[in-house]
Amino acid sequence: MSQKFSLDGQVIPFEDGETIMQAATKAGVFIPHLCYHPEFKPHGSCKLCTVKVNGRQTASCTMRASTGMVVENNTEELNGERRALTQMLFVEGNHFCPSCEKSGNCQLQATAYHLGMMSPHYDHFFPNRPVDATHPDFFIDFNRCILCSLCVRASRDVDKKNVFALSGRGIKTHLIVNAASGNLADTDFSLADKAAQVCPVGVILQKRQGFAVPIGERTYDKAPIAAQREPEMEGAPK
Amino acid sequence: MTSQLETAQHPERLRRVAIDPVSRVEGHGKVTILLDEQNKVHQVRLHIVEFRGFEKFIQGRPYWEVPVMVQRLCGICPVSHHLAASKAMDIIVGVKKLTPTAEKLRRLMHYGQMLQSHALHFFHLSSPDLLFGFDSDVTRRNIVGVAMAHPEIAKQGVLLRKFGQEVIRITSGKRIHGTSAVPGGMNKSLTIAERDELLKNIYQIVAWSRDAVHLIKKVHIQDPGLYNSFGTFRSNYMSIVGHNGDLDFYHGKLRARDDNGKIIFDNVDYQHYDRYLEEEVKSWTYMKFPFITSLGKDKGWYKVGPLARVQNCNQISTPFAEHERKEFVDYAGGAPMHAPLAYHWTRMIEMLHAAEEIKNLLHDDDLLGNNLMAVPGERQREGVGVIEAPRGTLFHHYRVDENDMVTMANLIVSTTNNNQAMNEAVRNVAQRYLHGREVTEGLLNHVEVAIRAFDPCLSCATHALGKMPLEVELVDVEGQQVHALSRS
Repeated sequence: MSQKFSLDGQVIPFEDGETIMQAATKAGVFIPHLCYHPEFKPHGSCKLCTVKVNGRQTASCTMRASTGMVVENNTEELNGERRALTQMLFVEGNHFCPSCEKSGNCQLQATAYHLGMMSPHYDHFFPNRPVDATHPDFFIDFNRCILCSLCVRASRDVDKKNVFALSGRGIKTHLIVNAASGNLADTDFSLADKAAQVCPVGVILQKRQGFAVPIGERTYDKAPIAAQREPEMEGAPK
Repeated sequence: MTSQLETAQHPERLRRVAIDPVSRVEGHGKVTILLDEQNKVHQVRLHIVEFRGFEKFIQGRPYWEVPVMVQRLCGICPVSHHLAASKAMDIIVGVKKLTPTAEKLRRLMHYGQMLQSHALHFFHLSSPDLLFGFDSDVTRRNIVGVAMAHPEIAKQGVLLRKFGQEVIRITSGKRIHGTSAVPGGMNKSLTIAERDELLKNIYQIVAWSRDAVHLIKKVHIQDPGLYNSFGTFRSNYMSIVGHNGDLDFYHGKLRARDDNGKIIFDNVDYQHYDRYLEEEVKSWTYMKFPFITSLGKDKGWYKVGPLARVQNCNQISTPFAEHERKEFVDYAGGAPMHAPLAYHWTRMIEMLHAAEEIKNLLHDDDLLGNNLMAVPGERQREGVGVIEAPRGTLFHHYRVDENDMVTMANLIVSTTNNNQAMNEAVRNVAQRYLHGREVTEGLLNHVEVAIRAFDPCLSCATHALGKMPLEVELVDVEGQQVHALSRS
């Protein structure tokens, strides 16, 4: 492997076709991200993985690595912008970590800790989003959706079911369920689906499993997100 | 009875004195007193001015989330809400009996909480009044003053509370707002190292708890004229009572007695509490007024908490606390003691019992077991969980739909049960100490001392959402009513 680029001064090797994110992850360097998952085609929508390549900002999950690139990642400026994006996600939905069963296993919460987010900063939207509890084994808490589209991609590309989609535009974008009733119970969604395992936050949750893991043994109790080898997999529901 | 002081006939002619906020209590409340030109007392009210709304926003949430969410009502005794909700959800998932390990772990957590909360109240909040006097120098009448004048007592108070918090941390995962009780059981047991860490200090904790009982007993007995009569009123009292009539903070049947100690009801399964208790709402406070249905709202109000529990049980299962209970009953002379200041004495007897129970449990190998979850039974749509919280009987009542979502929640919090009792004590003190006198800070502190005796948690106790009788009046600049709306 002779191709290399520089990431915060560290030499990162890569292979043809790899993105900056893939090469960095392989080399053990953490770039904050929410919509990226190593098993899926990148989406480039959350913008948390934004880095500076030769002085210009770009999403590291979609940008192919090339020899001689000078990439900035862990800088005060970029982390400040990532923190602001994370704060916006917190106020746009209803993220009440104290009573959320995903707490300690949540990628959004872990990312906020990683970025040193001390408060939401912005005014809360407090949207009114009823949960969908119609399915016998799962419920969907739309309050916590960050529109990463991982469930959409998993259901479409792996499960071949198209249970989920993002609907609406701009600030009105929201997750929908592919059934005439709009209810999860009226789809063929099941426990075995990949889409049941990929939600990085507390939206798609298996019923009656909440709080089964004690404090101290949850994913991000054991190690912060930057020290996890594959946070997406660790954080997913078992 | 001093209930006639609830509402003055002509409040517009009276001067208003407010104690706002009431200090050294949990949560935010205020007292208003209406006086005439001769400083005669015409109206006294303890108002709870916080607004919470947990009963409303828990609706539409999954039932397994409830024990973790509702404990956020409080930072002092969240364990009570965590466990009361868990007990209700045990019923929902069809579990009538927990595994021995799970029940003992929950009990250990609860005794830890009882210890820390009682220590906090006695040493940090009330000891300044009891050690220095109710109208002593206000700059000294606080925990810092106690630490300077009585460093050993202050130290013991801090370390007793710390130990209780450690018990909670080890059993629930965090000192405040842990997550270990789940519907049907617990999610963690104790390791040998965790048990041994607690065992190291427990004998000292029991010894200090005995000292605390001796201290308050001495203070009380030294001044019977004050301690037996300050704010005293007669009332019914209620608590849950355990197996064989034992004092039991975690589980039992409801028992209520009248002011002479005669049983009103006994052996009542708390799943049917609403056949025995009702709640009244008044326009001037967010806190509801519960009463015993068979006696009606005027005569059916009651008190809960340590003074009720220690006199309601037949005996206490641990030897040191039982010895102290007997001494207390002997001192009362065979009749129920109704003095609010006797709450402090009984509270310390309970703290001693909690310390002894922790000691017993730490010697029980069941705590180290791994069988934490009972097998779920037939799913239920409604469940009630009741526990004796540090401040008294705590009711959690939920209905859950076929999709596992909560559709109804009703909480009767310990302090709510004591609402009328606290108002009576405050009116009694106001009439005795303020009536016809110039109001001073020291005299107003007497009112607060009466409230403090009940150890109220005002932030937990406000749950009248959507039920408050409301009156809104729009008046023009001349004071003429333009429009009025009312909801009763």
